[in-house]
Amino acid sequence: MKRRKFIQQTSVASAILGFGGFTVANAINSSKKFDKHITILHTNDVHSHLESFPSDHSKFANRGGAAKRKFYFDQIKKENQNTLILDAGDSFQGTPFFNYYGGELEFKTMSKLGYHASTIGNHEFDNGIDNIAAQLAHAEFDLINANYLLKNTSLNGLVKPNQIFEVDGVKIGVFGLGIELEGLVSKDLYKETIYLNPIDIVQDQIRFLKVEEECDLVICLSHLGYQYKSDKIDDLKLAAQTSGIDLIIGGHTHTFLNQPTEVKNQEGKNVLVNQVGWAGVNVGRIDFFLNEQKEDEPIKSSVVSL
Amino acid sequence: MNGFLKVASIFCLSFVLIGCIESTSNKKYELASSLSENREINEALQEDQEIVNFLAPYAKKIDQEMNQELSYTKKPMFKTDSKFNTAIGNLMADAVFKQIKPLAKEKFNIQLDAVLLNYGGIRSGISEGKITVKTAFDIMPFENKVVIVELSYKKMNELFEYLAKNEVAHPFAGIKLEINQLSDIKHQKVFSKELKEGETYFIATSDYLLKGGDQMNFFIDNENVFETNYKLRNLFIDYFKSKDEIVAEKDNRFVKVQR
Repeated sequence: MKRRKFIQQTSVASAILGFGGFTVANAINSSKKFDKHITILHTNDVHSHLESFPSDHSKFANRGGAAKRKFYFDQIKKENQNTLILDAGDSFQGTPFFNYYGGELEFKTMSKLGYHASTIGNHEFDNGIDNIAAQLAHAEFDLINANYLLKNTSLNGLVKPNQIFEVDGVKIGVFGLGIELEGLVSKDLYKETIYLNPIDIVQDQIRFLKVEEECDLVICLSHLGYQYKSDKIDDLKLAAQTSGIDLIIGGHTHTFLNQPTEVKNQEGKNVLVNQVGWAGVNVGRIDFFLNEQKEDEPIKSSVVSL
Repeated sequence: MNGFLKVASIFCLSFVLIGCIESTSNKKYELASSLSENREINEALQEDQEIVNFLAPYAKKIDQEMNQELSYTKKPMFKTDSKFNTAIGNLMADAVFKQIKPLAKEKFNIQLDAVLLNYGGIRSGISEGKITVKTAFDIMPFENKVVIVELSYKKMNELFEYLAKNEVAHPFAGIKLEINQLSDIKHQKVFSKELKEGETYFIATSDYLLKGGDQMNFFIDNENVFETNYKLRNLFIDYFKSKDEIVAEKDNRFVKVQR
């Protein structure tokens, strides 16, 4: 099954200009010590905030906005062409851009910003599942979800469980998880979508991405939410109760994290769980540094015992 | 920025590769380290001109539509203006009653008895002066639709009990409620018909509250639901359009009495 995407890249820019010099310098210095340097940029719950908040906004004056976000993305891509741009859902609903254009502008803007993949948040259903299918015509990125059974819906064949990206020779498996819709979204909006248990689905996805496809990195785009006191599944529980995921990019709970939370998985390995609030006021950046595995070295990556 | 910076060693490196050959396929890579930074998108960043130009005509068109004048009010209204019932809440509940009553008759052949919305659902106040499409978006930014719920006599009593015990100015119309100082019901009334065993009542509300939003659980265990497919926001727009001036007042539909 070969449906991986190759991210085009030129040689890594030699001259690094612009803001954020300290972090950049660190990243670049680090990249020299390793064989591969992959940068992940991510958002969640942008909620149709295509423009910046107004200058008189009580909380987020001048924050966010797709134009500033693109400027930042482009800066990072100049530093490291080997960059994946991901989103964890709920790009729809929150400003009249959605009410008037039904998601077309959100998907077109994300395409212009160079997003590679996003997942389905509960608000994507606000104008019905058929509207998601219609708006996908405007998306030049993958909408992925592994735990909604979509066979009897208009999204059948349009939404894949996962996508493998090959970036500078590094295979990155990305899969998506969505929240339980019953009680949160009207049935007439999600129609015949069937929600499947995320924990079971993770094991299936890891078996495919890590064992069959031998991905070097596995990223989960989750719209489950960061943390609940109840036993409702969340990103922290998901990280702890599974193995094989390197990074969970979360959403739904609009949680502002200063830095990713590290969680020990079933094999005792660290999983990074990150989420950057909402409305595009923050962007998350993770730089991964990888080294080649020698042929005769035992495979040390997470392999799920079958 | 330094505070956001974090170097996490994910795996211990047991070996270092020197002079590896580039770009042959089927090589395996192992995570060695990671760095992270959650960064603000703020005024320190320039705006990408392509995106600005792409969005500008849409933003302009939306602005024009949003500024379309529908009606007028001499008086500003906010949900915090008064206790038990408010001018803005009464305006919203009365608007739903006026718009839904003929629709209920025509579409479902039922007699609408009352309207109940929720206080938390009043998302903004209304300033004095022009009432525009934007006003409707401000007070109702969500896509919720009106549903008509048929409630039993028992559930209707639970509805009154809920209102009495919470003492929140939830917008309602078609009913009246008086409570005493102990928040016990002193007098409850449905204007259209008598409250009695065996009777059922048709209440217009939002599909959000139908699912038990704001703990309005009496809506869940209903006799029947009639879906109007009428968005609350569009209802308010239609209502504003039908009036040259909006006059809304606090009244005595929900009061606490001394005795």
